[in-house]
Amino acid sequence: MMHSALIVAVIALVTALIRFAPFLLFPQDRELPAIVTKLSSLLPSAVIGMLVVYCLKGVKLLSSPHGIPELVSCAFVVLLHVWRRNTLLSILGGTALYMILLQLVFR
Amino acid sequence: MDTAKKAFTASLPVMAGYFVLGSAFGVLLSDKGYSFVWAFAMSLFIYAGSMQYVAISLLTGGASLISTALMTFMVNLRHLFYGISMLKKYSGTGKYRPYLIFSLTDETYALVVNGAPEGTDEHLYYFLLSLFDHCYWVAGSTIGGLIGAALTFDTTGIDFAMTALFVTIFLEQLLAAEDYFPAITGVLATVLSLILFGPDTFLIPAMLLISVILTVYGLLQMKREKTAETDAPAAGREEEER
Repeated sequence: MMHSALIVAVIALVTALIRFAPFLLFPQDRELPAIVTKLSSLLPSAVIGMLVVYCLKGVKLLSSPHGIPELVSCAFVVLLHVWRRNTLLSILGGTALYMILLQLVFR
Repeated sequence: MDTAKKAFTASLPVMAGYFVLGSAFGVLLSDKGYSFVWAFAMSLFIYAGSMQYVAISLLTGGASLISTALMTFMVNLRHLFYGISMLKKYSGTGKYRPYLIFSLTDETYALVVNGAPEGTDEHLYYFLLSLFDHCYWVAGSTIGGLIGAALTFDTTGIDFAMTALFVTIFLEQLLAAEDYFPAITGVLATVLSLILFGPDTFLIPAMLLISVILTVYGLLQMKREKTAETDAPAAGREEEER
């Protein structure tokens, strides 16, 4: 149990270090280098794009169901969102459809 | 009060996702003989979803502290990106700042990136968003640890809530963007890296690729802005402020 507690402590510490690193590297009382300011405006949409792919990394296109539930549900989320622009509705609708597809259609 | 209400509404999708993913984590952990206290403490102090799932195998396998540190570094390195893009947004947040930085998960990042709605106290809004999300995660995993495998409702596929959240936020970014290059870079670089390196190790090469491309792109853009500024200094300034 002692070793387990140490493992948890190490994970917590390293995670916090990574999260704090940029803020320690660039303290708020000093002017940011221009390229860092630039990056901070370019990064967000790239990172969110990366996260979308990250969420879908486990999808296997070559074996059944060939990522169809994911593709259909993502497309549904996009349509729903373009139509109503309501984040909660888009997420609930997409998730419900995905669960139905997985549990009833592609089981 | 209005700020709290708006922060709560914005956090609802994460509530759904965190309850599910958090309780699944608690259930898995209790299956391995770790009581809900462990789930509670890990979610409170580590507060990094995918890493906590990895932690289960580290714990049961009795991993060394060195390999634990390395593993954490690799799984969580993406948080560097979040920090870099929040440097401006989180400067001047005063007493909230340490907690805002500590609690910057994928999902909270995605919500904060969207900005604070009109008429709210911006810093308080970010703080409450972060706090609510953290509470959902801790509550979800503790409940999961308590009820263990007694769960009967078939939740297969409910984790899609997180994917859907990122898809909607990505869409919001696209709809608001004047420049699609960063978004496209993010997707294509990650897909390319996934194809080349496989699902276990693709994230770090993807981050490197994105950093290199966007740095070059940013430098070129700055150069162009500088040339434009000699023609119209005021316009260049405004662009910089955004």
